[in-house]
Amino acid sequence: MTIKVLHPGLSTTVQDLGRPGYFHLGIPIGGAMDRLALRAANMLVGNDEGAACLEAVFIGPQLEFTRAGRIAITGAEMPIKLDGEEQPGWTSLEVKAGQVLSFDYLKSGARIYIAAAGGIDVPSALGSRSTYPIGALGGFKGRAIAAGDELPVGKAADGKVGASVPETLRRKPGHPAELRVLPGLYWHRILPESQQSFFADQWKVAPEADRMGYRFRGGQALKFVEREQPFGAGSDPSNIVDSCYPYGSIQVPGGKEPIILHRDAVSGGGYFMVGTVISADMDLIGQLQPNMPTRFVEIDMDGALAARAERKTLLQKIRAALT
Amino acid sequence: MTTRYSFGGDEHLFVECDEAMSLDAFFKSLSMTNAIRDADIKGVTEICPANASFQIKFDPDVIKPNDILKEVQAIESAAANTEPVIKTRIIEIPVFYQDPWTHETLMRFRERHQDPTATDLEYAARINGLADVDAFVKAHSGSPWFVSMVGFVAGLPFMYQMVERAKQLQVPKYLRPRTDTPKLTIGHGGCFSCIYSVRGAGGYQMFGITPMPIFDPEQKIGYLRDFMVFFRPGDIVKFKPIDKAAYEQAVADVDAGRFAPLMRDVTFDFREFQKDMTGYNARLEGALS
Repeated sequence: MTIKVLHPGLSTTVQDLGRPGYFHLGIPIGGAMDRLALRAANMLVGNDEGAACLEAVFIGPQLEFTRAGRIAITGAEMPIKLDGEEQPGWTSLEVKAGQVLSFDYLKSGARIYIAAAGGIDVPSALGSRSTYPIGALGGFKGRAIAAGDELPVGKAADGKVGASVPETLRRKPGHPAELRVLPGLYWHRILPESQQSFFADQWKVAPEADRMGYRFRGGQALKFVEREQPFGAGSDPSNIVDSCYPYGSIQVPGGKEPIILHRDAVSGGGYFMVGTVISADMDLIGQLQPNMPTRFVEIDMDGALAARAERKTLLQKIRAALT
Repeated sequence: MTTRYSFGGDEHLFVECDEAMSLDAFFKSLSMTNAIRDADIKGVTEICPANASFQIKFDPDVIKPNDILKEVQAIESAAANTEPVIKTRIIEIPVFYQDPWTHETLMRFRERHQDPTATDLEYAARINGLADVDAFVKAHSGSPWFVSMVGFVAGLPFMYQMVERAKQLQVPKYLRPRTDTPKLTIGHGGCFSCIYSVRGAGGYQMFGITPMPIFDPEQKIGYLRDFMVFFRPGDIVKFKPIDKAAYEQAVADVDAGRFAPLMRDVTFDFREFQKDMTGYNARLEGALS
């Protein structure tokens, strides 16, 4: 089967669980921003959990299926239509040859995942089918899909139509969104009053929010501990000698607007970081829209590990519900 | 030099060898990351060396954060007693300084520059107290550079020159970043030079361009067929100024699949280097002739 792209949406890319192992060469892990949603979509159609899907942000694509098969859409709330008829999300659906999948306006969240039984079968690059557009690597010809593209779909395993992820197992950000942060890295560079305000203030997602990083506005500017800048660091107090950037790390250029690096992160640079969003909450960032009110919540390592275990349990529950 | 450890969330250990950039801090970071790689610690998924720091990505379901911290600290203690010697390669990178492509680009973004009336090279020469552009090019290409970090984006090398601190060339980044930089531009910001692996935004001063591709996601270029990224942290780079004719010849050679980078395996001994940097660099470069 192939999927014909009638309209690509805003930016729709092939993604899987990413390509670990090349960050030391500047090639980020990539893969689905909301990994739990991608895994669930794959489980619904009988794929391996890490099979390649389409990730669409804010606006859904319009796709035509050349053959009958099974699909599932998870992630953000965006009304799903097959030949104009509304369909449920987080559910495995049957498509007939020639049917067209389309979407209405986004209601909540930011990214949907479209899984097709058999997975999107583009060539694997460095162990992953994820698209890394800056390096023209992976995905469909190293770029977001465009009208006229024909996406190959692999051979489907057996599976049944109608399975659904229970509502209680679909994880969504709250309102305001709360992102748990382990302070660290260059946290000591800001004054105690700024360490306090960073967590106390309400921030909101800025328009500059994409797969590389999410910027936030609205909180107070951070004040720095005075120092003579070290050799090679640059003159601004928010500068450091260029270092690696962890995924989820929060840099604050000029002390003003925090930026959380995400799956397509730059691997390093010269801005200090106040800490890192814990692994359990990275998926939530992928579902934040611009202007979404957001709070950073302080957590320690034990709390971070407990949250990680909790997320694993949730994944197990989804598996149990679908098999 | 004080080593500082911090966790980047529950999946990263961040290790700062020193706040300030120096060859000592870089060499310590490189040696420690080499030792950590050799130790083959279960649960470590990525080892990323940077200029004066490095980062380990680990799976906390396999190794507890405090256990990876202890392992790396033990490696730091052990590294203090090992020979400061690495096996690496030296590579000659041809550079067409003052080329028409970066010149056209820098003219387009003049209003974002500290000195709109001069070129990036003229400005760099002046603020480093050098007589003219030729003197600056001579300093830039006269001593080799360590690749101190590969990253930012795919395959981009950051390089730190192998000379004492007083001789380091320092230039601030553009006041506001450009939205365009030609592919394979030789850039410089702070005390670091870089080679832009892909076309795109950038804030570093632009000095020239190399005909030698360093990133090829399609892996069609002969020397990038085995792996799409050319550089590794710890590589030693020597820039060789070339003129327009040599540049065009090299581009034609790359297109025809005839171009092979000039490079040799070398052993680098940090103690010997520190005793006589100029003499040691000359011996290293001898491997290229």
